[in-house]
Amino acid sequence: MSTPSAVEVVPVAAKRQPFRFIANKKAATGVAIVGFFVLLAIIGPWIAPYDASARSSDLLQPPSGAHWFGTTHLGQDVFSQILVGTRGVVFVGFLAGVIATVLSVIVGVTAGYLGGAADDSLSALSNVFLVIPALPLIIIITSLLERSTDLMIALVIGLTSWAWNARVLRAQTLSLRRRDYVEAARATGESTWRVIFFEILPNLTAIIASGFVGTVIFAVMSEITLAFIGITTVSEWNWGTILFWAQGQQALASGAWWWFVPAGLAIAILGTALSLVNFGIDEFVSPRLRSAGKTTIKTASGHTVRMRVGFTPVLRTTPLGTRPVSPHAPAVPLDAVDLGVDVDREEKELA
Amino acid sequence: MKHLLRRVAFYLFTAWAAITLNFFIPRLIPGDPVRSMISRYQGQLNADAIQSLYILFGLDEKKSLWQQYVEYWSQLLHGDLGLSFTFFPAPVSQVIGDSIGWTVTLVGITTVVSFAIGTLLGVLAGWRRGSWVDGLLPATTFLSSIPYFWLGLIAITLLAGPGSFFPSSGGYEPGLVPAWDQWFIGSAVQHSILPAFTILISSVSGWILSMRNMMVTVAAEDYITVAHAKGLPERRVALAYAARNALLPNVSGFALSLGFIVGGTLLVEIVFSYPGLGFQLFQAVGAKDYPLMQGVFLVITLSVLAANLLADLAYLALDPRTRKEG
Amino acid sequence: MSELASESSARSRPLGEPAGSTATRAPDVEAAPVPLPTPRRREPVLEIRNLNVDYGLGENAVHAVREVHLTLHRGEVLGLAGESGSGKSTLAYGATRLLPPPGVISGGQVVYHPRDGEPYDVLALSPRELRAFRWAETSIVFQGAMNSLNPVHKISQQLTDVIRAHTPGLSRQALRDRARELLGLVGIAADRLDAYPHQLSGGMRQRVMIGMALALEPQVVIMDEPTTALDVVMQRQILRQLVGLRERLGFSVLFITHDLSLLVEFADRIAIMYGGRIVEEAPSAALYRDSLHPYSHGLLNSFPALRGEKRDLTGIPGSPPDLRSMPTGCSFNPRCPKAFDPCDKHLPPLGPPSASPAGSVRTVACWLHPTTAPVG
Repeated sequence: MSTPSAVEVVPVAAKRQPFRFIANKKAATGVAIVGFFVLLAIIGPWIAPYDASARSSDLLQPPSGAHWFGTTHLGQDVFSQILVGTRGVVFVGFLAGVIATVLSVIVGVTAGYLGGAADDSLSALSNVFLVIPALPLIIIITSLLERSTDLMIALVIGLTSWAWNARVLRAQTLSLRRRDYVEAARATGESTWRVIFFEILPNLTAIIASGFVGTVIFAVMSEITLAFIGITTVSEWNWGTILFWAQGQQALASGAWWWFVPAGLAIAILGTALSLVNFGIDEFVSPRLRSAGKTTIKTASGHTVRMRVGFTPVLRTTPLGTRPVSPHAPAVPLDAVDLGVDVDREEKELA
Repeated sequence: MKHLLRRVAFYLFTAWAAITLNFFIPRLIPGDPVRSMISRYQGQLNADAIQSLYILFGLDEKKSLWQQYVEYWSQLLHGDLGLSFTFFPAPVSQVIGDSIGWTVTLVGITTVVSFAIGTLLGVLAGWRRGSWVDGLLPATTFLSSIPYFWLGLIAITLLAGPGSFFPSSGGYEPGLVPAWDQWFIGSAVQHSILPAFTILISSVSGWILSMRNMMVTVAAEDYITVAHAKGLPERRVALAYAARNALLPNVSGFALSLGFIVGGTLLVEIVFSYPGLGFQLFQAVGAKDYPLMQGVFLVITLSVLAANLLADLAYLALDPRTRKEG
Repeated sequence: MSELASESSARSRPLGEPAGSTATRAPDVEAAPVPLPTPRRREPVLEIRNLNVDYGLGENAVHAVREVHLTLHRGEVLGLAGESGSGKSTLAYGATRLLPPPGVISGGQVVYHPRDGEPYDVLALSPRELRAFRWAETSIVFQGAMNSLNPVHKISQQLTDVIRAHTPGLSRQALRDRARELLGLVGIAADRLDAYPHQLSGGMRQRVMIGMALALEPQVVIMDEPTTALDVVMQRQILRQLVGLRERLGFSVLFITHDLSLLVEFADRIAIMYGGRIVEEAPSAALYRDSLHPYSHGLLNSFPALRGEKRDLTGIPGSPPDLRSMPTGCSFNPRCPKAFDPCDKHLPPLGPPSASPAGSVRTVACWLHPTTAPVG
């Protein structure tokens, strides 16, 4: 790169403080919201005002003080269902994320580091998993299962959705392996495992983290979809189950918007929060992606100029004929400044 | 040419892997549900049909796995995917044949349009940092986090229903006979508008974001600086230099994520009861119609592979570096 | 041959090389028709006056180039040397307004003297005027030979799009002929016109860039480390070709590099930058014989000279200053072996050393050589 840049020093500082990306506003917002949902997943069943499955005589009631999110056709409290259902969503999302991440690290790093035939076969394997449509595959497998508990669902999603991250990790490992410090570690006879754990993996942290978050998003969506189309055990509450009942009982036609709006919003908010975390990680890794905050500046002549590639803004121009004055005060009072003497003219006279 | 052959070989390999996977999945799982289903229809199934289901689901334990595998292949190559339980006695291949056109049209067109619009907006957002398109990003992130099917539900509630221009379900007016006439096509278009917009709104944001990030990355390349230094018109720098190069990774990303996209779009069909493959899969799951499920999965996978190959060919045409062998 | 040209060919075999050796001169220099527009008097073609370039705005701004005065004369090769981070590339990018955000030009003038007509300030041009000015008057050869060419377009397309942008209305055939001619100029066979960049070697790509830089016959060619990525043999070959072309076509070159030994061979004058400022400027022979600023001295001793007397390689202790927190006084004083009383208190102004013999055309910013007539 030839473009001079005096200010891109961020990555150096980043190495030492792995959690500094929280300082990013997007990431902080995302982490806070995800944290809130994780908290709900833990305490949700205890703070739920009603038993999520308990019927009552308040059939299909709109939101009220007694039922914040209204009730279902059986008089069940939607708010309690959401609270209780959070646990399943978060559990499946994170477990599937962990499984897929572990698999992708094993496959990706091994393929990238070992190269050769191992790389070829592992790459082919991940490419196959990548192009086979994941959701239909998950639907087929889970619908053949006799009991599709949250644990089974998490396993199936985790085992089928590691390919994308493995691909990204392989590429990155491949480029890390050629770096000087890794070559040096290999040359000094460090064992393969030591090199992978101490030289390669630490430098993959951001990519692994962002892959994990991406898989969690995918797992949450898949799980809710499975519940929505009625494949998972309907006795375990999650947001998809709520939508399944709402859809099955014609909540739309009967105008019971409160039945499906909260669950959908909860999914969207959790998904957005996870995406924000990922944006934070991306921008942390390549600072250039940050959305440019202030892109216009005022020049001395009162014009507004947009900061853009190819046309560096000029803050102050001086009409020709007058000498441009320095914006910085001279360090020494230049008593001897003689505007008449100038090297160019001197040289011209000499020529 | 070498590159192309390698890709074709890869897709053939993947197709083989998918078909083999399809062969093994039911065999890894206890065969009882299929067997009970077959015995329930015993009186109506003829011997051939039962035989074909036995082959598909590995219920014939007398034969070796290899024999089963060979028979499975020969049956597939004859286009026999068994009989559908839901649409009894229609064969699965016929059910799929009736619905695949709907899916290919709806999902195919909207996916390509979504990619095109997203890429275009991404070019704008990435080239003019801080412009209105850049400001749109948080909103589109939220939209893309909404599950497709839920957005479909909302769209139906808000826009469709009795008296509205938009029908809430189906692929065409119930009374019409499918034909290539103006009434049928008009009705089909009218029925596809809402599902198409649902897919579009949910999926476009991903393309905006990835194209924007690629534009930002490419804008720092030396050849962009050179293009500016050459005094080329802004449009040419943005399109022929920056966007043209940023498009390459976006196209390969498109090819790779087709599998993900298709999964999501199938759900939109479910919500709108749109007579495509996704809706059939949904019905098959509900009725435990295993032959239909397997068949739909196989066809979806093979279609995604074909689409992938097309995207690969597009990439090949776009990037001179892949065709250097000549 | 005119005075300047002979001066420069003398310089291409300087320092003890037997005269008459043609080994160091490219054959096409020999073959070239004897020129041309090397003027008798040294007229300026590009004057950088008091240029200041910052990264960022307001309080957080990093001042990467400060109060730089530099004049490029017609037909000369002016070398600009310094360690990385000295601001030499920033100066070139700033003067051409190609610095990406957050770079801003916080003041100064870049005065261009067209062949005929009044001089004007490049920094005051509107985007449209700037676009017309670029490449037609001042072209640039960049450091990254590998990445300077658009990977998805053919060489011919990249050579012709710039011609078409500046002189619309040319026929397809005329454009192609011109592209062929340009490749010929840098010694590349015309059958490479339809090649893509990845099909060319690094040296070839850099030659294509040089040919492209000459497409509109600009008066000024700025070269930013044009040969750094190439091996030494290729470096010399390309530079010799460049010197030959310069003599035939009469453009001026601002040559930026960290490799001072290269400049000693190829440049007419050399300016040394440190910490965003010019610290010394002198004809290259004079600088090589007798550098005044301790930094120039250190820089000269960090490279082995290819020819001429042996010197001890010493290098410069310490590292370039952090532009965010520059030392007070002379920015070189913490590393300077000869620092004395005023160095860490006052900034030495750039000007002709008062002690130098009358008639010398050099300037320096060092308290060891106080000046009476600062520039600017």
